[in-house]
Amino acid sequence: MPPLSVLAFLALAGLTLGSAGVVAFSKNIIYSTLALLGTFLGIAGLYITLSADFLAATQILVYVGGTLTLILFAAMLTSRIEDMKVSNPQTGIFAAFGLVTVVLLVLGKVATMTEWPSEIRSVTPSTAKLGHAFLGEFLLPFEVASVVLLAAMIGSVVLARRAVKRAWEKG
Amino acid sequence: MEIGLVHYLSVAAVLFGLGLFTVMTRRNAVGILLGVELILNAAALNFVAFEHFVAGGVSGQVFTVFIIVLAASEAAIALAIVLTVYRNYRSIMADRLVGLKN
Repeated sequence: MPPLSVLAFLALAGLTLGSAGVVAFSKNIIYSTLALLGTFLGIAGLYITLSADFLAATQILVYVGGTLTLILFAAMLTSRIEDMKVSNPQTGIFAAFGLVTVVLLVLGKVATMTEWPSEIRSVTPSTAKLGHAFLGEFLLPFEVASVVLLAAMIGSVVLARRAVKRAWEKG
Repeated sequence: MEIGLVHYLSVAAVLFGLGLFTVMTRRNAVGILLGVELILNAAALNFVAFEHFVAGGVSGQVFTVFIIVLAASEAAIALAIVLTVYRNYRSIMADRLVGLKN
């Protein structure tokens, strides 16, 4: 019987990679989008095993609550229901398989052959340290990120709205 | 058996590979966006794993928070573009969007 942490890691990694496989290979765009939910939940669990508890909560709040809902809306607004069976067609499978195989070989070799100076640390909560880092060392990037979010919000509204002509405008 | 850095790196590498495959093979623009999300998550997982096992501190988590922020804004912008394209072309298959004008 392996220890509980190993079991938790294996279950979360299986959830993450299994859902990612559905995302990559499903023929139906709705199934792909919903399978992304499993990937995000698995990644959040892996964050907890890496003592990043705040990130796990943020992952669920922002990705599952925001990004995934947004993508689901877009998928349902743009895929016609009658050809839902083939709403997510694929192309260029063999070139993609070749490139992915090469990339995975290189990444696997780097990950296993390099002597990482890693040490096993215990899992401790890190939210307080993260808050201090954001309001101290990383204050400027933190503020710039809010400007980025504002720009993205205005930009998406401007892009997605319909052009409205007022009564007094010509043409 | 102890779960170490290599296991997390392997999970992130496979996740990145699946994301790359998705980006390369999908014709649906929303599907391509799903692949981008997978790739961003793989990178974020690597940041947190290296911070936990090698660096210590919280700088890796700070990077991951910014990745999440940028992924959210990227998704919002990309979906606005997708909706606009769909209104003009009635299709969001990436290989049919070949015109720059009209």
